[in-house]
Amino acid sequence: MAKGKTGTRSLKERDAATTKKIVDLVADVARKSLGGKEPKIDIPTRTKSNTIWNKKRGILEMGDGVAERPLFDLKTAKQFMQTMLHASTIKDLIAAEKTSSLRGVFYKAKHTVAGTRENTFDTQDESDPILEDLEVALGALREELHVFAENRGSMVGNITIVDKGDEIDCRRMGSGGYALPSIVEPDVIQFKKCEAKFVLHVEKGTVWNRFNEDRFWEKHNCILTHGAGQPPRGCRRLLQRLNQELKLPIICVLDNDPWGHYIYSVIKQGSISLAFESSRLAIPEAKFLGIRAKDFRECGLDDAVKIELTENDVKRAKEIAAYPWFAGHRGWQKEIDALLANGFKMEVESLITKDISYVSETYVPERLRKKDWLD
Amino acid sequence: MTAKEAVAMAEPRKKKTAPRADAESMAARQRDISVSEFFAKNRHLLGFDNPRKAVLTTVKEAVDNSLDACEEAGILPEIAVILEDLEPNRPATAKSSRYRITVIDNGPGIVRKQVENIFGRLLYGSKFHRLKMSRGQQGIGISAAGMYGLITTGRPMTIFTKPKAGQPTHHIELAMNTKTNRAEVTFDKEVKEFPPRRFRDMSAGTKALAEQGGFLTESEFPTGTSVSIELDGKYQKGRGSVDEFLELTAIANPHARIVFVPPTRVTEDEEPDVLAAAEATAAAKATVTTETNGVIVFPRGVQELPPETREIQPHPKGIELGILLQMLKDYELAEKGGTLYNFLQERFCRVSPQTAASMCQAIGVTSRAKAGDIEPPQAEKLYKVFQESKLAPPPTDCLAPIGVRQLLAGMLKGVRAEFYSASSRTAEVYRGRPFQIEAAIAFGGELPADESARVIRFANRVPLLFQQSACSSFKAVTETAWKNYNLQQPRGALPVGPLVIMIHMASVWVPFTSESKEAIADYDEIRKEMKLALMECGRKLGTYLRKRQKMRREGERRDVFERYIGEISKAIHEVTGQDQRKVFDALLKQAKARTAVADQVLDEDGKIVKDEPMDEDGVIVVPDAIAPVPGAIPAAAPAAEASPAKGARRRVAAEGTEPRRAAKPRKASAAREELRARVAKAASRGKGDPGAAGLF
Ligand SMILES: Nc1ncnc2c1ncn2[C@@H]1O[C@H](COP(=O)(O)OP(=O)(O)OP(=O)(O)O)[C@@H](O)[C@H]1O
Ligand SMILES: [Mg+2]
Repeated sequence: MAKGKTGTRSLKERDAATTKKIVDLVADVARKSLGGKEPKIDIPTRTKSNTIWNKKRGILEMGDGVAERPLFDLKTAKQFMQTMLHASTIKDLIAAEKTSSLRGVFYKAKHTVAGTRENTFDTQDESDPILEDLEVALGALREELHVFAENRGSMVGNITIVDKGDEIDCRRMGSGGYALPSIVEPDVIQFKKCEAKFVLHVEKGTVWNRFNEDRFWEKHNCILTHGAGQPPRGCRRLLQRLNQELKLPIICVLDNDPWGHYIYSVIKQGSISLAFESSRLAIPEAKFLGIRAKDFRECGLDDAVKIELTENDVKRAKEIAAYPWFAGHRGWQKEIDALLANGFKMEVESLITKDISYVSETYVPERLRKKDWLD
Repeated sequence: MTAKEAVAMAEPRKKKTAPRADAESMAARQRDISVSEFFAKNRHLLGFDNPRKAVLTTVKEAVDNSLDACEEAGILPEIAVILEDLEPNRPATAKSSRYRITVIDNGPGIVRKQVENIFGRLLYGSKFHRLKMSRGQQGIGISAAGMYGLITTGRPMTIFTKPKAGQPTHHIELAMNTKTNRAEVTFDKEVKEFPPRRFRDMSAGTKALAEQGGFLTESEFPTGTSVSIELDGKYQKGRGSVDEFLELTAIANPHARIVFVPPTRVTEDEEPDVLAAAEATAAAKATVTTETNGVIVFPRGVQELPPETREIQPHPKGIELGILLQMLKDYELAEKGGTLYNFLQERFCRVSPQTAASMCQAIGVTSRAKAGDIEPPQAEKLYKVFQESKLAPPPTDCLAPIGVRQLLAGMLKGVRAEFYSASSRTAEVYRGRPFQIEAAIAFGGELPADESARVIRFANRVPLLFQQSACSSFKAVTETAWKNYNLQQPRGALPVGPLVIMIHMASVWVPFTSESKEAIADYDEIRKEMKLALMECGRKLGTYLRKRQKMRREGERRDVFERYIGEISKAIHEVTGQDQRKVFDALLKQAKARTAVADQVLDEDGKIVKDEPMDEDGVIVVPDAIAPVPGAIPAAAPAAEASPAKGARRRVAAEGTEPRRAAKPRKASAAREELRARVAKAASRGKGDPGAAGLF
């Protein structure tokens, strides 16, 4: 998997193919415009209704639904313009053989619409989904568009990797860990040496710090990761590669609330908005270790850890219970019912009320030993 | 009061005062009260409640008379209103001043022997006894003004009147004796000049105007009357001012030309009325008048007099039993043995021979029964028959409505708005008296957007400036559901918005709530008609507002598309190498086709595209007065360096990011002038058919 002449050439070929896709899409718009027809872009829909649950593979997939994005419609006119701008920006990036962050792309395309006081893009939140639209419209992966997201999430553990030719020993990453890049494809990152037997993925950096400080990965011979909340694509892709290529089980420690359940669901089956990427992101085998609704009693936690469920939490919990991949799952139905019956939620940090290292030294090892998890 | 006094008051009176009056002693004090004495004590009934109103009422009575006289004589009115401040050097704290108010007209003049009666007697006039539409009706107006002047200054009225062209002018000064209700002439001479020359040389303004032939030119006054009254009064602008009265008079009387020479000094108000001042400036702006050195000219808008009206007989349904009995008596006196059959036909309108016969039959008398023989019970039966019979409404040629066209001309002249609509109802009857309601509304433009609508009321073309909320028209406005026409309206109140509502009642007898003729009495029949007229105007406004909203939406839509087309064509050029200008033009063409509604009315620069700016009867739209969409930004052509195409229509010039408002005023007034000219021309074409709509 080393970078060689063939690699470079294939990269060039790949770029040429992407460029052609962009030119085709825009040329079609030009043709329609000059021919007096309404310019439209077909964009596969990234909505729940266009998401299919592939029971056999255990992942979410994108359906065939396509939405037209016409220029002459007040609802879509601006998005149409933005899509064209980003198409042009991406083509330039590829031509210059440069990559850019999502933020960089946003700034490159952001300007005042000629003759007005209106911006082409006001915030990056407007820009990022347009790029995702382009990905699906072109059928191109994000790295093929030369775009990456900011690094998010960290990793430590018994593994050595090569990142763009640099060897990285994840056992010697100090307190911060190896920052997970957004593009972790095999042409960028290769696994060199791995002794770890599983991956412990936690929700947030604070919890990850606890485990790292207690050298949990060393004691339990594993890899420790977090995704700073909902894990970004880079983090999910790396977890999937560790799972598929190195056959490491992925064990998740997330909050006991609908949000934690949702993160687990995204890691396991994929998300609605990125359903087109599920096959390279979803990890159907991922396991949910905790924390669990029963833990309040089982671990003898203090009343102070309870956080009352909001109306919205209850609504979210019921929605999640109805997801097809949870709907037929006895264990998960019970778990969500228990959460609702409790009427409160708990963060992983609540285990700290027992003892500062209770989570890393008692709770997780015990549950691992008992194989007490949901999957 | 002190405690002691309170106790004293609470105690029953012990001591009997002087013996009470008896019939004898009272009889000694019972005597005639002269009407003049009565009104001298009750001046508020005639509109002389305070010094400011006294000035207005005097002007109003004189102007009303002048307009009436001109119209009756078939003369296009040419009226001068002159206010002279006789104490220009009074201290700033003075609450009032002495003014000489002079109104000069080119009417038919007054024959010498009538002068004392007209100006020196209350309740003497030509209009009271007839059923004919006129401004004055009571025979009180001008003599009451003269009386007020006399009471407050001791000065007699000065009259110049020239009843025959080429003959001398009578110069008479007279004072009313309030005890006898008779005039006492203090000066009586014949002079040559008319109008009095000294007015022309009053100020630089009058001189300049006179030199242009626009002020008291002798040849324009072959006959006419000049009335001067000195009085204690106060001149101020704002609501209820002479200025407002004349401005509104001009709106309702586009056939009159009025020149106003205001006094050199306005009375200071101790507590400055900010609202009144603001309204005054707004009013001054709203009137299309010219001003030379302080002299204000309300030009003539149309060259046609209102059609001549006919006097009519009362309608059977409008008569009360007592009056019927009196009419029967009068008839017997006049016609000695005249039949009921003839009486019915001669003394009433809309009674045909057949109807008369069947009415006789209905009360059980023959057609030959004598009117004098009808007993009260039979008369009462007859009265009932009147109420039940199916009769044609009274003839309406006794009414001279302003007419849709002239309403619009008047409003266009007086109010700067973007939309005007008018409605002239057909004549109806209240208490057997024909009346006709007209309404007009002006919307948008320069009118204040967040205030209550302004209601301007007229009765027989005379503006009514006071007691708005006591007026039937006010109730009609508040009872109309303006929300149906896309306007805001707090419950039971006037609508809120940039709106002027005009209501005119034309009738042979306008039922005022008092002698000062300020508010129309609230008859159901009248209010109903007013509401119907308002609804008609409102419906047209609603249609227009919806259309405008749609237009605006489409306009905004096109703006949105056009805004992005520049960016899109640039991106297309960068990705595919296609010619940016070609793509831009192609897309612009599509954008325009897709928002054709907006194009129907306005082209891209906001000019009128179609020749006819109005597509409904009784409606005028001034597209240039339409306020721009707030925050709208003109669309842009592609960046200049990428689009070198020559001669291409560029919407955005150097100041491309400026909102469209720029350069509007000049264009607006040009369009307005053109419209006004068209209205005037159209109105003069439609002679003799003033009520008909649909000219536009
Ligand atoms: N400028 C004038 N030119 C000719 N005739 C006039 C003029 N002014 C008044 N007259 C005559 O004098 C009469 C009396 O006028 P006056 O204003 O006192 O009463 P009115 O107009 O009949 O009723 P009102 O009291 O309602 O005004 C009028 O009816 C009219 O015949
Ligand atoms: Mg009068």
